[in-house]
Amino acid sequence: MMAAVICLGSLGFVAALLLGMAARRFAVTVDPRQVALMDILAGANCGACGFPGCDAYARALVAGTAKPDLCRPGGAETLKRIATILGVAVTERPPQIAVVRCQGDLQHARLKYAYQGLQDCRAAQKLARGPKLCPAGCLGLGSCVQHCPFDALAIDSRGLAMVNRSRCTGCGLCVTICPRQVLALAPANETIHVLCNNRESSARVKSYCNAGCLGCRLCVRTAPESFVMDSFLAKVRYGYGEPSTMAEAIARCPHHCILNLDEQGNNQTLPTPHSVRERSTP
Amino acid sequence: MIQPSFPGGTHPPGHKTATADARSEICPLPAELVIPLAQHVGAPALPCVTAGQWVARGQLVGRANGFVSVPVHASTSGLVTAVEPRPHPCGADLPAVVLQPDGADTWADEYQKQSFHVLSVEAMLERIREAGVVGMGGAAFPTHVKLDPPQGKVIDTVIVNAVECEPWLTADRRVLLEQTEKVLTGLEILQEISGADHAYIGLEDNQPDVARLLAPHCQKRGIGLAVLPTKYPQGAERQLIYAVTGRRVPARGLPMDVGVLVQNVGTIAALTDAVTRGRPLIERMVTISGPAVVRPQNLRVRIGTPVAHLLEHCGVTEEPAMVILGGPMMGSAQHTPAVPVVRGTSGVLAFRRQDLPTTTAGPCVRCGRCVNACPMNLQPTFIADFARRDELELAERFAARNCIECGSCSFICPANIPLVQSIRYAKGAILARRRRI
Repeated sequence: MMAAVICLGSLGFVAALLLGMAARRFAVTVDPRQVALMDILAGANCGACGFPGCDAYARALVAGTAKPDLCRPGGAETLKRIATILGVAVTERPPQIAVVRCQGDLQHARLKYAYQGLQDCRAAQKLARGPKLCPAGCLGLGSCVQHCPFDALAIDSRGLAMVNRSRCTGCGLCVTICPRQVLALAPANETIHVLCNNRESSARVKSYCNAGCLGCRLCVRTAPESFVMDSFLAKVRYGYGEPSTMAEAIARCPHHCILNLDEQGNNQTLPTPHSVRERSTP
Repeated sequence: MIQPSFPGGTHPPGHKTATADARSEICPLPAELVIPLAQHVGAPALPCVTAGQWVARGQLVGRANGFVSVPVHASTSGLVTAVEPRPHPCGADLPAVVLQPDGADTWADEYQKQSFHVLSVEAMLERIREAGVVGMGGAAFPTHVKLDPPQGKVIDTVIVNAVECEPWLTADRRVLLEQTEKVLTGLEILQEISGADHAYIGLEDNQPDVARLLAPHCQKRGIGLAVLPTKYPQGAERQLIYAVTGRRVPARGLPMDVGVLVQNVGTIAALTDAVTRGRPLIERMVTISGPAVVRPQNLRVRIGTPVAHLLEHCGVTEEPAMVILGGPMMGSAQHTPAVPVVRGTSGVLAFRRQDLPTTTAGPCVRCGRCVNACPMNLQPTFIADFARRDELELAERFAARNCIECGSCSFICPANIPLVQSIRYAKGAILARRRRI
């Protein structure tokens, strides 16, 4: 019995000695600032900064190879704290938010065929360029929902993607996921958007959908400061809005595709679902 | 002699009896022909006619745009009413020449029938290219590109693909039965061009009458007749090469890497017409079949004939719930019957609502049938799972790009999981990511 205790005890002692030496010899020195930065960053590994995850971004920040204002989910608060840790001066970037630029639900948009395959927008897009006649409309199969690291997206009862404005951090992952570029980033303080993504002429848009932008230019003529044409698609000039003329333009839009999301009772926000997990970091 | 075959594969029900034994008929001309300028793999042809112009049968309407491209010809004489985007079997609206037949059907030129022996290899290749011959099994790859391998590749074996492993389709069988001489001449032309010593005709053992018909011809000309056990996808190039010669085409390689050239029966018949008579490819054999069709049959159809016209000619019991161009395993369902028959269309299949699958996908039960069925020795269930989770690196490590999209895995899956669909998505995503990087 004694022999076993001595044997194992000495083995354990030698192993502990070796481990202790190895821990000192091969210690990885991490800049304390990097550890502090990891606590601050959003922790979603969304990739909005262009680095493979928050850890890589923190390392690049400490090394001085990355700009400090790239963490979009963190927003102004994170930026301020990064600036304090790194001791640099920064200017705030206006927060952004994703907008679903489509209102073509099944009541408005016509289908090309009934899709039965893999429930993923990108897979559906590969089959005859998508089941919707409109080549730019939301397919509503939820690839963006699956990939959103902040649970800010959902497919609503109309079968269209929908942004929860209080959760969206503007990381832009959904913009890169969407095979039809339906989602776009817009300044978070803006509430008026053109909810259509089709640049084609009115005849074609009419053949696809009753809720698409016809390119009639009524909004541009009503509020020339606030709207601009991109081919046959009207777009809001964010930051140049004058509320009264914009309201008039909204009223005159024949297909009602300019919307004031605030006015519509927070048209693109959702009640918080029960199942979603809370964001772990500020 | 029945030979061993490739590993894996499935046995979908054949459904070929309805159309197998009736002689093919000539399809009457429709009121309007829609001839797409992109009917092949490679760059679309450039239109060289304008609206309001009269064209003769066989006249050039689209010039080839580059080496991997072929010209497009008018399928009959008539008036060009428009050159505009029209529904294409791929699902999108693509540029097409719209032709209103005048009924006279006058040829552009009178061709003299000529023996191919007096022509040089270059002249024959030129004729094949000018006639717009492409692979008519479905892939529509330009034939002259296949026949013109890069320096250093030697082709010693030519295989005629008469397998037609897709259910319902019998178009290749009818070509082989009705145009036997043309196919055999075409095989000689192929041997002449490629310099191959060995030639085989690959058949499945569900066509013993064709094998009996061909046996004396093959014996006389020294052609090997490979009668293979019926199995899907025997007609896939790699599988056929393995079944006939025992050679394995490398994963990212081409048949020419193992010295083999495979051509579909229809392609060879078209190629013979091109070389010996200078005739462009403006007509093909199409199987019109399916439960919703009243008179299923094989028709010789002008390229550009709308599917609606074919269904009207053969009669439908009801408005078909699904129309598939090509075979049911690899063909594509169409969203409108206005799409035309193109060079790669081997069949038009119409199904009723009750024929369509209604079951939804369940969870994978880990039975491994897809792994056993995969003719490329892949593990479809894993690749599909990675594709659903967007783990493209893993999908690539499991060789997703080797998938030939035959659909055996989806067919065999007892849980109805859309396996091949997921893998197809993964393949596209892997390529897209590669282009981005």
